[in-house]
Amino acid sequence: MTGPGTLRRLGAHATLVVLSFAFVMPFAWLVTTSLQSGSEQARATPAFLPGPAALGQKVEDATGMHLVYQPTLEHYEKGLTRVPILMFFRNTLLVCTLTVLGTCLSSSLVAYGFGVLRWRGRNAIFFLMLATMMLPGQVTMIPVFTIWRRLGLVDTYAPLVIPAFLGTPFYVFLFRQFFLTVPRELIEAARVDGASELRIWSRLVMPLSLPVIATVALFSFLGAWNDFLGPLIYLADESKYTLSLGLAMYRTQYGSEYGQMMAVATLMVVPILVLFFFTQKTFIQGIKTTGLKG
Amino acid sequence: MTPRKERRLGLLFISPFLVGFAVFTVYPVLASLYYSFCKYDLLRPPEFVGLANFRTLLSDPLFLQGLWNTLVYTVFAVPVTMLTALLLAFLLNLKLRGQAVYRTIFFLPSIVPVVASSVLWLWLFNTDHGLVNLLLQPLLAGLNGLLGTQLTPPGWLTNPACTKPALILVAAWGVGGSMILCLAGLGDVPRQMYEAAELDGAGAWKKTLHITLPMISPVLFFTLIMGLIGSFQFFAQPLVMWPNGAPGDSALFYALYLFQNAFLYLRMGYASAQAWILFVVIVLATVLVFRSTRRFVYYEGDNV
Repeated sequence: MTGPGTLRRLGAHATLVVLSFAFVMPFAWLVTTSLQSGSEQARATPAFLPGPAALGQKVEDATGMHLVYQPTLEHYEKGLTRVPILMFFRNTLLVCTLTVLGTCLSSSLVAYGFGVLRWRGRNAIFFLMLATMMLPGQVTMIPVFTIWRRLGLVDTYAPLVIPAFLGTPFYVFLFRQFFLTVPRELIEAARVDGASELRIWSRLVMPLSLPVIATVALFSFLGAWNDFLGPLIYLADESKYTLSLGLAMYRTQYGSEYGQMMAVATLMVVPILVLFFFTQKTFIQGIKTTGLKG
Repeated sequence: MTPRKERRLGLLFISPFLVGFAVFTVYPVLASLYYSFCKYDLLRPPEFVGLANFRTLLSDPLFLQGLWNTLVYTVFAVPVTMLTALLLAFLLNLKLRGQAVYRTIFFLPSIVPVVASSVLWLWLFNTDHGLVNLLLQPLLAGLNGLLGTQLTPPGWLTNPACTKPALILVAAWGVGGSMILCLAGLGDVPRQMYEAAELDGAGAWKKTLHITLPMISPVLFFTLIMGLIGSFQFFAQPLVMWPNGAPGDSALFYALYLFQNAFLYLRMGYASAQAWILFVVIVLATVLVFRSTRRFVYYEGDNV
């Protein structure tokens, strides 16, 4: 192809490259800073590429520019000793696992009650449930806090995890829409064979719903991993902190130690990026079908 | 199965929701409505004070500052993020080579935990050593040389006039989710429409204006509503970036001040009043957007 079409394609390519650069740079800078010594960061134009010192010298000599720096793990060591990151990591994983488990279990059971079982009034209650999604969290936040406080469960994981076991409207909605596509004959046949509803849910409907289970698991995991407000309100004892809270505390206490903050932030971001690369299809498909934005 | 039995089973299956609904929605809504007319500090039982909270709010300079900041942020962040998402989606929809790689790159920032991205941008916006100003410096130097001006890179986080633009830039970085939605919308526009328009001699601009935009208007509408609601509740980023408050309270947002009242100053009644005002504003804004965009949003099956 030649002519204006080609020119336009070239222009689009150039725009994409420039934009990609802008979107990727923050990540690159995150990792670079986490590996740079303090003296390197203090330079007017810090070098950008990690590499052996010898190479750094050479590149600097050859071009007069300083491009390569000697990477160091000192920020990671300091970061890991100053705050118990590994413990935060374990706490976060615990909260995430329980949240995912609770969400998949309860939301699918509730969806079964709405989508598979047929009884009068189910749609009215279903729409009532959808309507609750309009309610901003700020309205319920304070009384919910007083409930947990009266139960003596503030500073435990209960307030973060137990609501997940009571059905999340949005995920109930997703499960229900999927259950509606399960052929009725299959369910009726199982009933004729004498299977209980719980058995039909666990042996027939759930195995057919793996794609939607994957979507719900992924998004509820991400939601719990990224959650900041919940831990901020409910967790007080540092030994119970999640990564979000730990990093926020790091910012408050060591706010000028950028290398260390970037090291801790890198440790928090990398698992999410790894997860993304293994589940990319589910991610993109999930957003397209649900309108949910990560 | 008898209808009676099926109904009982149905209620049994949805019982987790019913419990959650009663405990975590119905009771809290009623309680917070009551608290909003009370003085309540958790330590003593709530004390009814009538409309005092609402009256105090109207003359509370921090409340008004938060309202103003949120308004300014919303007015700029929502259109900026929507346009960014749309631009990226248009570019990706050209289906050039490497599309999947570009898509991944644009999407990734949206899944970065908010605390991590706040800390990261704190560093990128650093006045002396941050990447943003490192990149701006040569640009400004060139400009200064050309025009004889004395421009210096801004203090993004220390100058009250710059904090909101900085936050809007961060928001534009995280539009991955909306971009995917727009991209999906673009993919659903029937090819025949474009072909028919080409036969009629329509150019790229006309096709965009008269086919693409109307066809993806439901997606844009959805993004607009979600963007508005999210922006009214904007909270975590400024809290992490300025734990002790931004200069001149320039990043004190509505939901942030609400949170501070509730959990920092233990003014639970006052915060509840704020929450109800927020709720009413969100409902009003949603209704307003629904009404004013109805003519522009096209749904298949409509007889337009």
